[in-house]
Amino acid sequence: MIDLIHTYWLYFLVGQYPNGPLGGLALTVLLAALALLLALPIGLVLGLARVSPFRAIRWPVTALVHVVRGIPLLMVIFWAYFFLPSVTGHQTGQFSTMLMALVVFDGVYLAEIVRAGIRGVPRGQFEAARTLGLGYGRAMQRVILPQALRSMLPSLVNQFVSTIKETSLGYIIGLTEVSFIAAQINTQVFTHATQVYLLLALTYFVLCFGLSRIAHLLERRLARRAPTRVARPSVVVPLANESNA
Amino acid sequence: MIQFNNVNKWYGEYQALADVTETIAKGEVVVVCGPSGSGKSTLIRTINRLEAIDSGTITVDGEDIHRRGLDVNRLRSRIGFVFQQFNLFPHLTVLQNCTLAPVALGGARPAQAHHKAMALLDRVGLAHKATAWPSELSGGQQQRVAIARALAMEPPLMLFDEPTSALDPEMVGEVLQVMQGLVRDGMTLVVVTHEMGFARDVAHRVLFMDQGRILERAEPHEFFNHPQHPRAQQFLADIRTPFAHAA
Repeated sequence: MIDLIHTYWLYFLVGQYPNGPLGGLALTVLLAALALLLALPIGLVLGLARVSPFRAIRWPVTALVHVVRGIPLLMVIFWAYFFLPSVTGHQTGQFSTMLMALVVFDGVYLAEIVRAGIRGVPRGQFEAARTLGLGYGRAMQRVILPQALRSMLPSLVNQFVSTIKETSLGYIIGLTEVSFIAAQINTQVFTHATQVYLLLALTYFVLCFGLSRIAHLLERRLARRAPTRVARPSVVVPLANESNA
Repeated sequence: MIQFNNVNKWYGEYQALADVTETIAKGEVVVVCGPSGSGKSTLIRTINRLEAIDSGTITVDGEDIHRRGLDVNRLRSRIGFVFQQFNLFPHLTVLQNCTLAPVALGGARPAQAHHKAMALLDRVGLAHKATAWPSELSGGQQQRVAIARALAMEPPLMLFDEPTSALDPEMVGEVLQVMQGLVRDGMTLVVVTHEMGFARDVAHRVLFMDQGRILERAEPHEFFNHPQHPRAQQFLADIRTPFAHAA
């Protein structure tokens, strides 16, 4: 095992770089980070569209969400890899193909997280903001989203961890991310499959577990800075004001 | 100040407001009471368009609030609204709760809004809690902050939707006192409440509602001593001797 690490550590970390394209763990991290960075604003916009009062905005996005959620990520990757070039006329690289697939896929999942976060803020918060004269957008921006984002944090991290692991599907289109490199190493050393894949698993674990821990700390710091829960009223009252005229 | 003209509202089959016609004058303090489900909350929520109506007209300050092209945000910023559940913004401090609207709506500079908010918090007796989070306050304190927040836009009209119903009994007084202060300043108040003491001592007029209709409108003294409508008589009897039916 030590031999294995000693011989292949650089290949494992960066692929053939600097003599060839960047690969290995560095590519995995880069891909995941870019995917998250791009998927987040898209998820936010799609999530807002999902709760929009306008049908013309809500319905197409809802359809998109259901379609993407109903197909495996692998299909999305195939579509991006084979279908897109046939439409646009030029072949995209493996990295950008994978990035696009991840952004679409994660954007949709993040949209659902955003939607759930917004829906989780009590209706009275929105009413209070509107009553003060804040418009829909301002009420969202200043009152609803700050509370929603905080409650969304655990789900966001969950999604980010998923994204890191999803990058391994790049293997299927020959992207030289860390799983692909591990497979390459395995064919070269041939007899050490257990060790190679154990190392690979350990690498993913460290990345994902580390991210979870950081997020956990962040969450605790946020909780300290501003308690989210307002003291409960002493009398239990029906939540829906509509029926309680 | 507020005028209802044949206002009707339905929730599906259920009629929440039935032919409501009523005028509330500037500077008047009106308490709306009635059994639950009578439409009193719905009524005041229509005044700032939190609830839509199905027919009729409502005018505030002579302006039809359902007029096409009306700036509903401007309308709402001129009407203070206090909720049963306080609805303070938990991610903002007490002071920020009071400065959010004045600053966000472009009227005030931060320093100016800050100054005014502190004056309002002082008025509700909570200046020392300016930097606290809402979750650190008691229910009564939260509701007083909610009143200060509503006052920050300097509305000439304040609406209260059961402002003390979610409070522990010992905290009701502090909120009612703040409201009484507003009355002394000559503000127009419409208050949905079960606090009959407040109605008797502070209100200029009481409206009694049942099943979406205003069945009785009278001065407090008249209403409590000589209720005309049988439903009002029944209602007053029920709240005075709550255990009469059980016996």
